[in-house]
Amino acid sequence: MSEVSPAAPPRPKGRRWSWTDPKLRSQVIQITVAVILVWLLWSFYSNAQSNLTRLGIASGFGFLDNRAGFAISQSLVPYNESMSYGRAFLVGLLNTLLVAFLGVILATLIGFLMGVARLSKNVVIKALASAYVEITRNLPPLFQIMFWYLAVLATLPGPRQSWGFGLQPLLGAIGSGLSSIGLGFLGGPLSAYAASLAAPGVFVNNRGLVVPRPIFEDGSMAILYALIAAFILSFLLARWAKKRREATGHFFPVFWTSLGLIIVLPLLASAAMGFPVGVEKPELRGFNFVGGLRVIPEFVSLLLALSIYTGGFIAEIVRSGILAVSKGQTEAAHSLGLRNGPTLRLVIIPQAMRVIVPPLTSQYLNLTKNSSLGVAVGYPDLFAVFAGTTLNQTGQAIEIIAIIMAVYLTISIVTSAIMGWYNKRVALVER
Amino acid sequence: MTDISAPRPSITPATPFVSTAFHEPQPAPVSTRGPILWARQHLFGSVPQVLLTLFGIWLVYVTVPPLIKFFLIDAVWTGTNRDACLAEKLGRPVGACWPFIWAKLDQLIYGFYPASERWRVNVVYWLGALLLLPLLIQSLPYKRLNAIAFFGVYPVVAFVLLTGGNLDLQRFVLGWLGVDFSTIGGAQGLRIGFWVDYVLSTVLLTAIAFGISRFLAGPEGGRSAAQTTLSVLGVLAVVLLAVDIDTGLPQVETRLWGGLLVTLVIAVTGITVSLPFGILLALGRRSKLQLVKWLCIIFIEFWRGVPLITVLFFATYMLPLFLPGRFTIDGLLRALVGVALFASAYMAEVVRGGLQAIPKGQYEGAMAVGLRSGLMMRLVVLPQALKLVIPGIVNNFIGLFKDTTLVLIVSIFDLLGSMRAAFTDPNWASPTTLFTGFGFAGIIYFVFCFGMSRYSMALEKRLDRAQRH
Repeated sequence: MSEVSPAAPPRPKGRRWSWTDPKLRSQVIQITVAVILVWLLWSFYSNAQSNLTRLGIASGFGFLDNRAGFAISQSLVPYNESMSYGRAFLVGLLNTLLVAFLGVILATLIGFLMGVARLSKNVVIKALASAYVEITRNLPPLFQIMFWYLAVLATLPGPRQSWGFGLQPLLGAIGSGLSSIGLGFLGGPLSAYAASLAAPGVFVNNRGLVVPRPIFEDGSMAILYALIAAFILSFLLARWAKKRREATGHFFPVFWTSLGLIIVLPLLASAAMGFPVGVEKPELRGFNFVGGLRVIPEFVSLLLALSIYTGGFIAEIVRSGILAVSKGQTEAAHSLGLRNGPTLRLVIIPQAMRVIVPPLTSQYLNLTKNSSLGVAVGYPDLFAVFAGTTLNQTGQAIEIIAIIMAVYLTISIVTSAIMGWYNKRVALVER
Repeated sequence: MTDISAPRPSITPATPFVSTAFHEPQPAPVSTRGPILWARQHLFGSVPQVLLTLFGIWLVYVTVPPLIKFFLIDAVWTGTNRDACLAEKLGRPVGACWPFIWAKLDQLIYGFYPASERWRVNVVYWLGALLLLPLLIQSLPYKRLNAIAFFGVYPVVAFVLLTGGNLDLQRFVLGWLGVDFSTIGGAQGLRIGFWVDYVLSTVLLTAIAFGISRFLAGPEGGRSAAQTTLSVLGVLAVVLLAVDIDTGLPQVETRLWGGLLVTLVIAVTGITVSLPFGILLALGRRSKLQLVKWLCIIFIEFWRGVPLITVLFFATYMLPLFLPGRFTIDGLLRALVGVALFASAYMAEVVRGGLQAIPKGQYEGAMAVGLRSGLMMRLVVLPQALKLVIPGIVNNFIGLFKDTTLVLIVSIFDLLGSMRAAFTDPNWASPTTLFTGFGFAGIIYFVFCFGMSRYSMALEKRLDRAQRH
């Protein structure tokens, strides 16, 4: 207790020091703790040394340069079996970051949607959102991952009977639906028209999700530059609009202008360069698809389970955050003449964010940490690649687990730092 | 309203307005109750509301009836193998394959625990329920005794029943220091040498504690230190005797345990162990001693910053390397160590929240009546702080209960792991087996977690009420 500091009683006469002297006592305790700690660490070290020699396990981080010799089913950077463990580490790390990043975005969307839905006046929507929150929060994440992987995705049809997504299957389905209820004169032509369309580009089957792959030709970089320019312009615009609003009280539709900029600028750049981005559509050849991008089912099930699970928690956080803003704020905003939309956007949400952000941070971290559960279904994330395959091959448990723990700790610390910075920005300035 | 039929006083010009005509009673205001208005307010307020309502009803329509149809109406209830659950053999659409669950039920509850010994698991289940229920119901008396029975006595009894006890203890403090008592014989599974060692060690330790404390804190301190040491070692002796004695129960190795048994053992052990350690860590984190404080902060933040699965891997693969080579630790025990480390860190943060909620005046009041810091914590601060954080502890427990599923990654078969193992049985392979299994396991997890979360919410409400007075 830093706040309670009893004044040291006068030392008894005749004795040089006494146990009741808090200063001395604290020093004795700390020295004892330090001695025990050092002894513990030393014995760990010497035990590890003797155990490693006994078991014939190498030590040190030299293994990172050795040839890995195993394949990884999903990688964002070029990788093959002849590359090193260090490269495999990079692949795993990127896979972890990918699923965590997408999961955070999806979970936030789901969470905000469900949180607002739980506050809806509409009882049906409210009941559905409550059911969602209660069910997803009360089932273990690993259970949900395995459910999606084993029970849902694995029972999808094989590649030859894939479900296609696009205009053609949709119109075809409507056409045959119409024919089946006796409206053949409408359904027949529709089905015929659907058959004349190009085959769809998106397929779902038990080997994953197949989507068209964009092909970037010369001049594609211009589009990227235009996109970056659009973001910078939007940022500057937002700053200018805020300054002007504070000075004059006039609003400027920043959101719509920015959205327009972000869509129009890349389009213009693309047109100027003669539309350099092509599409490679997946095609069914033999028993599997050729071309296109394949998203492995392990990734889909992990992403779905993580965002649905964490979305339930975020929904509760959002709900309590909005409830924490007192009703008087809404009434005051209405009496100033703000309509419902601006009231929510300018009065309620900024205040709710203060309550929402700290627990939201810990949910983001939980999601990132839970992404390691992908190992149960074989998603090649950092944990599966390193603590699974690499640990089996090299046996260097100490180094590998230390590396993994260090990575997750770093991710945790960086995320908390970023969210802490954001929280400081939105926090109430107390005087 | 004034009575206008009564004779009225003369109206003076100064009176601003007096009604002279009879006012017809106004019609009753539009009812603010009733099903139609309710429906208009809550379902069909505006066009988007109507669309949302219709969408919601459609969603319920496409999910709930098929689920009921699958799990109840179309379900198969009896059978001996997969043939009972195949649509081709039955000639009708087949829903849930419940005979699969009946066939695997023993495995899901006990794992591979020997059939003749399963009564021991049942006793542990029932004893736990009997001790836990009165602890959860606030109005029942003897809370303190009940808590001691559940957190102190029950784990020892459960340990002896589940493993069979008879640990065959060999060395205590003096034994480790190199004094050899092992030549002395034994009976009833007890080594007399160990107990000679224990008694001598107790005497020695008490003497050392007395000596140091007397030197540092005077005769008063010496006596109290000796008493503390003796009572701690005395309790420890009872516990060790219980696990050391040969009860006649056959030993059951932990690798035979499985299913719900493992789930509950891990969750309950985790929470029971994490409570004392969590309190110590939380106190340490608020300590004035910089070294202790920073060690606690590092410990807590480290375990909270990494996923549980890495902690389990740490405990399974890395920890054995850090211990002297002659130790071989049981697989389940390794997982328990990992879970305990992890849960303690989380528990520490919960307890810290409670400690921070205790107003400064309580500390000052305790000091003003002359309590030393240990007594102040034990008698004034902790009882209030722990009461405040009971909902947090229950929430922690829910999290831990869900996290127990992770042990299947280190090859320990909990409920989910046993279910996954059951799926691989070709004797029961059918298109609906997977959904049935997930449905069953999901219901069990949901019932436990949802029940606990409701309990924690009710508790929170009551504590809130109590705080307001």
